[in-house]
Amino acid sequence: MFDVVVVGAGPAGLAAACRAAESGARVALVDDNPVAGGQIWRAGGGRPAGPAAAWIRRAERNGVEWLAGARVFAVPEPGKLTIEQFAGDRELGYEKLILATGARERFLPFPGWTLPNVMGAGGLQALAKSGLDVAGKPVVVAGSGPLLLAVAKYLRARGARVLLIAEQADQAALLRFGVGLVAYPGKLAQAVQLRAGLFGIPYLTGCWPVEARGPEKLESVMLRRGRKTWTERCDYLACGFGLAPNLELAALLGCRMSATGVAVDELQQTSVAGVYSAGEATGIGGLDLALTEGEIAGFAAAGKTREARARFGARERHRRFAGGLERAFALREELKHLAQDDTLLCRCEDVPLGRVRGCMGWREAKLHTRCGMGPCQGRVCGGAVEFLLGWKAESVRPPVFPARIGSLSRD
Amino acid sequence: MKVSVNGREVTVAAGSMVSTAVAAAGVSLYRRSVTGEPRGPVCGMGICFECRVRIDGREHCRSCQIPCVDGMEVRTDV
Repeated sequence: MFDVVVVGAGPAGLAAACRAAESGARVALVDDNPVAGGQIWRAGGGRPAGPAAAWIRRAERNGVEWLAGARVFAVPEPGKLTIEQFAGDRELGYEKLILATGARERFLPFPGWTLPNVMGAGGLQALAKSGLDVAGKPVVVAGSGPLLLAVAKYLRARGARVLLIAEQADQAALLRFGVGLVAYPGKLAQAVQLRAGLFGIPYLTGCWPVEARGPEKLESVMLRRGRKTWTERCDYLACGFGLAPNLELAALLGCRMSATGVAVDELQQTSVAGVYSAGEATGIGGLDLALTEGEIAGFAAAGKTREARARFGARERHRRFAGGLERAFALREELKHLAQDDTLLCRCEDVPLGRVRGCMGWREAKLHTRCGMGPCQGRVCGGAVEFLLGWKAESVRPPVFPARIGSLSRD
Repeated sequence: MKVSVNGREVTVAAGSMVSTAVAAAGVSLYRRSVTGEPRGPVCGMGICFECRVRIDGREHCRSCQIPCVDGMEVRTDV
């Protein structure tokens, strides 16, 4: 039995676990990945580095119990979670629960997007960090958001030939955002530093991929910018259209949702008493907001309301920055017309868009086409369906991740 | 450390994920979809399930989330 269980060991989860443990709570930190740090601090060689290492040491010093490679797949009753690890499954009891489940990339279908070596932008970066050799490989980075710049910079540092970055947002929107950056000196320095690492790589705004081609794996990508269409030969297409929060566990627990993610009150508590949420799960906001929300949730879950309140001002500043980001990188209408009727929308069950478009909503699509009913449970097609057809995921049922039969039949 | 991918031995750095060993073996087809299309990793973070392979006889393992262990046997396209 733990005072506080934190799900997700990215920035928000680490900050929450540390603050709760430092406040005297008995804390467990659970994460699907083998190493803490989340996606943004994912390190190569299986060892956390930089700020993640410091947070992890701090968590260890304060006695946080670390449960790695652990997927939460069910919530059998209030106060209990069932987790599955490679070795087997176990139940975790908690007084307070903090959901710091982070975000995933939003993928949009276009002809050829299912070919091997067409990946997420963060996806290719994550694979390169875990050892994939990209040296000398021609790569096109495409999609939307600041992540594209970080990915291009990282891939280049690993020796990849980054041919170009295709950002779907228009220059005008980005310039408005760039001007807004002056109010945030730290962020501006970061942006300049990123640009420096990208010297010589064309950053094409108002540009997006329209088709990926190759017989058995990617060989080239066709891009569009304005009226111009052309083809780039490449080994990898790293393509992600921004981020979407991971809401499955919160939905399973019955937490109310806001327009941006899990709805929370000023102390980061969800609509379910004793369940808190912090970081990208409550709405995409970036690293600084995640850390601050995590600290607030950790303090609040441990009963340290005064310490939590002291961070409200910082949270407000970071939220304003996040709002600017969202407006600058809003997805354009043209992207809704990339996928054709025969383009696969659900890549688990190979369901083309044309079959789903004829349905009234998610429920009918699931019943009639199996869209969203494969192993990923709609985690990949869900974001696309929301953007293309305007349907939000309706219900979540356990297991929220595919689990072994032995884990499901434990009772 | 050494890992076998479809019977071929590859050497990978400690801490590498199984997905890395598969790529290092020159394999881009990790699995076939329900209609037979070739597929490989997409998200790199354990949510898309496209990088599923067989590891030491266990089916449907997400290769991007499992670190290599010396002597591991990996099979793709199963």
